[in-house]
Amino acid sequence: MKQEQGHSKAKKFGMVIDLDLCTGCGSCMVACMAENNVPFKEDETDKLKSITWMRIFKFSNGKTYPETDVCYLPRPCQHCEGHGGHSPCVSVCPATATDYDAHTGIVSQIYTRCFGCRYCMGSCPYKARYFNWFDPVWPDGMEQYLSPDVSPRMRGVVEKCSFCYHRYQIAKDKAHYEGQTEIEEDAYQTACAQACPVKAITFGDLNNHSHAVSKLKNQPNAFRLLERLGTNTKVYYVSGREWVRRAGDNYLKAEWPKKTS
Amino acid sequence: MDSALIPNGVRRCSINKFMIALAIAGAVLLWGVYAMFLCWFKGLNQTNMNDYYGFALWIWADLAIIALGGGAFFTGFLRYIMGKDELKNIINYAVLIGFICYSSALLILAIDIGQPLRGWFIFWHANVHSMLTEVAFCLTCYFMVLTIEYIPLILENKQIDKVPFFHHLSHNMHSVMAVFAATGAFLSFFHQGSLGGVAGVLFGRPFAFREGLFIWPWTFFLFTWSAAAYGPCFTLMVTKITEMVTKKKLVKDNVVELLAKISGWMMATYIIAKIIDTYYWANVTAPSLGFNIMHFYSNNSFYGLWILFLEIILGGVVPAAILITEKGRKNSLARNTAFVLAVIGVCVNRWVMVLQVMAVPVMSFDTWALYYPSWQEVATTILPVAYGIILIMISYRYLPIFPQEPELNPVD
Repeated sequence: MKQEQGHSKAKKFGMVIDLDLCTGCGSCMVACMAENNVPFKEDETDKLKSITWMRIFKFSNGKTYPETDVCYLPRPCQHCEGHGGHSPCVSVCPATATDYDAHTGIVSQIYTRCFGCRYCMGSCPYKARYFNWFDPVWPDGMEQYLSPDVSPRMRGVVEKCSFCYHRYQIAKDKAHYEGQTEIEEDAYQTACAQACPVKAITFGDLNNHSHAVSKLKNQPNAFRLLERLGTNTKVYYVSGREWVRRAGDNYLKAEWPKKTS
Repeated sequence: MDSALIPNGVRRCSINKFMIALAIAGAVLLWGVYAMFLCWFKGLNQTNMNDYYGFALWIWADLAIIALGGGAFFTGFLRYIMGKDELKNIINYAVLIGFICYSSALLILAIDIGQPLRGWFIFWHANVHSMLTEVAFCLTCYFMVLTIEYIPLILENKQIDKVPFFHHLSHNMHSVMAVFAATGAFLSFFHQGSLGGVAGVLFGRPFAFREGLFIWPWTFFLFTWSAAAYGPCFTLMVTKITEMVTKKKLVKDNVVELLAKISGWMMATYIIAKIIDTYYWANVTAPSLGFNIMHFYSNNSFYGLWILFLEIILGGVVPAAILITEKGRKNSLARNTAFVLAVIGVCVNRWVMVLQVMAVPVMSFDTWALYYPSWQEVATTILPVAYGIILIMISYRYLPIFPQEPELNPVD
C-alpha cells in the first residue's frame, strides 16, 4: 500500500464508548445509515436481514425491580487487528475483498471485489458484517440525498462499518492542501461520534497521545468485547458497572471477579 | 429401441419403463432448476439465510456431499496405490458417485455466492491465507481428475468402443489411471482438509475453533480422515440401493466386505481421534475462552447433547463396531445398517460444523438464532440428488459400470 507522506508512525483509529452515558437513543445508527448510504427495505420487520453498520444491543443485569438495570451497547465493526493484522474476517476472505490497513488500523471492504461467499460473516463473532440480500432501492427522490463520497453497494455483496473512511480521505486531502503533515483530531470524526447527543462515543487515533481516545482507553473501567478470543479490537467500552464489564466477555463461574495477574 | 447401446451380457428394463423413471427424476430436477434460476435472477433473498446465517443448508450440503464423495478418492487410492485388486469391481461406481458429488458441490457453490458472475475472483484475486481459496483450487482440480477418471468409462460404451481411436484412448487412459488416482488422493487430502479448516480456523467462533499443527487446525485432519472413512460407506450404500432398485446382485460380497472392513477400521480410528478432539475442546479449548461446554448445547430449542450422541455414538462408534467385526460385516442387515448410520454420522458432523457454528451466540448478550431453509433452498439441494439419480440411471443402462454383473446375473 502507498506510504502516507510524512507519517512516521502508524495510526490506529479507534473508539471509546462510554456505556454509562449511552441512552440507546439510536442517533448513532441513524447518522451512520445516512452518512454511508446504508440501504433499507420497505419491510424491516426481519431484523436479521436489516443492515445496521452500527447496531445497539440492549441487555440487562437480569435482576427484578427495583434492582433491574439496563445497558445499551452500540456495536460498530470492531476493526480487529488480531495478531499482526490477522483479523478474523480478513484472513478468511478468499478473494482478498477485505483488508487490514496497517497504516490506519481500519478493516476495509472492497465491494467491487466481494463475490458474496459470506465466509467473513461466519468468522465475525460480533455479527458486524451484513449481506445485501436485496437490491438497494431508495424511495423516489431520496437518491438526491445520498452521499457522493460513499459508493452504494449492490445486491450480493457484504458490507460493514468503515469508520467513515471517506471522511479520513477528505481530511487527508484538506491537510495536504493546507500544507499540514498531520490531520487534526477534529478533522476526522465518524458520523456516529458526532451524532451522539451525550458524547458517549469518542473517536481518534489510539496511538496519538494528544487524542482523547488514547487516554480514555486506559481507564480502569475500560474493556473490549471478547478480548479472550484474541480479536484485538480497536473499539473500547467503559462502564463503572461491574455486570456490564463482565458482559463484555465470557467467563467461567470461577473466573469472576476477574483475576488480575 | 436402444439395445445397441446396452452393454453385452446384461439385461436392462424396457425403454418405456426407463423413460418413465427418467421423467419422474427429470421433473424433480426441473423443480430444482427453477429454484436455481430464481436465486440467480432474484438474488439470495429467495433463501431463509440471514446475517446470522451466512452459511446454511447449501454449505452443509456441499460439505456433506464432498465427504460422501470421498469414496472415489479413497477407493482409487486403495485400488491403484495400495494394490487392493478386488476393488476394481467397485471402483467405476465409486468414481461415478464421486463425479456426481463433486459436480453437484460446484453447482451448489455457484448458486450460493451472492455475485455468481464474479465466481472467478476466487482464482484471480486469491487470498492464499484463506482455507476457502484452497478448497476452490483443489476442488476444481480434483473435479477435473474425476472427469478424466470417468471418461474411459464412457468410452467403454458398446458403440463408442467400436471406434478404434476411442478404444485405444480408453485403453491408454486405463493404463495411466494410477497417476490420476494418486493425484486425486493428493488433491483430496488438501481439499477435504481445508473444508475442515474452514471451520477450524474461525478463532472468533469458539464452537468451531481448534488448535492444530502449523497452519492446520485439527479439523483439517479430521475432515480428511472422516471423508476417507465414511465416503466408501456411501459408495456401498448407493451400491446396495442400486441392487435393490435393479433387483440384481451387482458386486460380490467379498468386494463389499473388503471395502467395508477398511472403511470400518478407518472409522474406528477416526472416531477415537474425534472423541479425543471433542474432549480436549470441551475441557481445554472452550474453557480457556470462557465457555462451558453446556453453553453450546443449552438455552435453545434445537441443539442439545443429543446431536453429539447422534454424531459420535450412533453415527460413529456403532457403525465402526459393526464393520470392524467379521460377524457384523457378514450380516447383510447389520452391514447395511452400519452404512446408513455412517452416512448419517458424517452428515451430522458437517451440519454441526456449519450450522451449529452459526447458531451459537458468542457475545454474552447475544442470542441463539435458529434457521429453517426456504423451499428454494430445499429444491436446489434436492436438484443434485435428482441429477445424480439421472446420471446413475443413464450410466448404469449404457455403460459397463459393474464388471461382475454379467457373471452374477447370467443372461439365458
